[in-house]
Amino acid sequence: MSAIKVENISKSFGKVKALDHISFEVERGELFGLIGPDGAGKTTLFRLLTTLLNPDEGRAEVDGFDIVKDYHAIRERVGYMPGQFSLYQDLTVEENLNFFAALFGVKVEDSYDLIAPIYHQIEPFKKRRAGKLSGGMKQKLALSCALIHRPSVLFLDEPTTGVDAVSRSEFWDMLEDIKQRGITVLVSTPYMDEASRCDRVALCNEGRILGIDTPTDIVAKYDSSLYSVRADNMYQLLLATRKATGVAECYPFGETHHLIADAKFDIEQFKGELADIKGLYIEPAEPTIEDMFIKLMKQ
Amino acid sequence: MKHNFLSFVKKESLHILRDVRTMMIVLLIPVVLMILFGFAISTEVNNLNVAIVAPNRTEGVRQVVERLTNNPYFTVVDYDSSIDIDKVLRSGKADAVVVFAEDYEHVIAQRAEGIDTHPTIQFIFDASNTNIAQTGAAYLQNVVSADHSQQELLNLHLLYNPQMKSAYNFVPGIMGLIFILICAMMTSVSIVREKEMGTMETLLVSPVRPIKIIFAKMIPYFVISCINLATILLIAHYLLDVPMSGGLGGIITISLIYLILALALGLLVSTLASSQVVALLISAMVMLLPMMMLSGMVFPIENLPTVLHPLPYIVPARWYIEAIRKMMIMGLPLSAVIKEVLILIFMTFVLMGVSLKKFKDKLE
Repeated sequence: MSAIKVENISKSFGKVKALDHISFEVERGELFGLIGPDGAGKTTLFRLLTTLLNPDEGRAEVDGFDIVKDYHAIRERVGYMPGQFSLYQDLTVEENLNFFAALFGVKVEDSYDLIAPIYHQIEPFKKRRAGKLSGGMKQKLALSCALIHRPSVLFLDEPTTGVDAVSRSEFWDMLEDIKQRGITVLVSTPYMDEASRCDRVALCNEGRILGIDTPTDIVAKYDSSLYSVRADNMYQLLLATRKATGVAECYPFGETHHLIADAKFDIEQFKGELADIKGLYIEPAEPTIEDMFIKLMKQ
Repeated sequence: MKHNFLSFVKKESLHILRDVRTMMIVLLIPVVLMILFGFAISTEVNNLNVAIVAPNRTEGVRQVVERLTNNPYFTVVDYDSSIDIDKVLRSGKADAVVVFAEDYEHVIAQRAEGIDTHPTIQFIFDASNTNIAQTGAAYLQNVVSADHSQQELLNLHLLYNPQMKSAYNFVPGIMGLIFILICAMMTSVSIVREKEMGTMETLLVSPVRPIKIIFAKMIPYFVISCINLATILLIAHYLLDVPMSGGLGGIITISLIYLILALALGLLVSTLASSQVVALLISAMVMLLPMMMLSGMVFPIENLPTVLHPLPYIVPARWYIEAIRKMMIMGLPLSAVIKEVLILIFMTFVLMGVSLKKFKDKLE
């Protein structure tokens, strides 16, 4: 039995279709990522699976329980960390943790081994009010609170948004650790570079799933030839490249532009066409998940 | 699970205690209102400035003027044979002018012989403040006509509040208002705050039935309201000399029922409002204002236009204020206001029922 099973689910808010016939399954003990930009429907999907909303169409199961019929059972066994920081800012770190333990009818000591690796880092500040913590520390506290009752499935909605790069990396290490303890984790993020930390990812955009696979397989499925180009004037380069022969697509990618070539592309001819661009440099590039995402999105 | 419920109450109390400013306001509002209404804002007419016009200063006129001068409610600011009446009133120098007829002495004499005559004294009032004009005119008439030569036509007896103290009138009113303000407004705002801050989402995704959390939220506000009740009763009794002759037990009993009703009202508002501002607006505009207008606290219900007459029946404060008046001022026991008590209990059940039905444990 899979931990999460979503079958053909749709949800609209007025005229806006937040989720459009989505289906996927998450295996037990898997770290599953939902990758997609804002407005992809990630938060709506989380709210459906945590039984805060009912679907318009389709059905879903969490831990074998139906999200509409058995929502009380689901609420007992899942941990949920919403996108918005949702602990009590005027309560201290310790008071927040104690409150959430009470909410789930457990004692902090009983789950301490599970949350210790995370909580340990913020324990020196346990008398500080949650509102006065830094972004990274807030996330650690929120994660501790979501884990306090040893959930079987953990839902994390954009946990790394607004957190610095170092804390983000630490956070993913923690998720890895949580997964090792047999907890299924469903996590969403708008950062493509975080996708590689998941076992499997679903690329979502505008309420649809574009593709589901392991991060390596997603990249392996990339079948176009990809180049990375740069020059002194990047904007001029972007415009010129888009007009060049055999260029299917060109988009900014970090400090370079990525160029998708079609059959007619020839690297020497390209250099000739863009001869007047200073500092032009072109090399073949390894596709990343972001490249795949952009490609799927255009289809 | 009992341990669990207490920790919710503790959490809510912490929220209140951490917000020192709000807590102070909540605890001080009743004190400030009582003192304000008790001493500063008073509907009693004290210190009415009177100008007197008397063409002939005869013995009869002199007696009336003396009575006015000696009366603590009046100050004679002018006493002359002719005065520019319009000017004294407009300038605000006098609130009222008493004009004696030229043949005052003669007419009084005739009247004493039983001959029906025309009036001899005229009152001219600045009625821009109708309250002062009405009450003042009544006072003035009393003082002036206390003359033995004039027959007393009426025997007026004011029961329960013979000195017409305004404190007797407003204390029940303030009680009706304060509890709605604190219980209903504060609870609705604190519930809606959880929605607004996103913490409601985390609360909902837990084994606890949300309604349990809501009830836990109400308890600290109930306690604060009880403190307020004590403050109000103490100030009313010791500072404003309100009698409370109907027995403290009855007053407290009906007040506790009213508190629970106010909490239910707050819960109802919280199910309707999506943000703290909306909750505040609903509490203030939709509850407080009609409550003041329709409860008989400020304006007598009988003065309302006929179309609005059914409205006060559904305003809980009206029943509460009426019952408190009966018990505090008229000195009736709780058994005399059983109708009001039953109506309040009924309203509480209806409000609780509706809000529990409306309360959602989902986001939409």
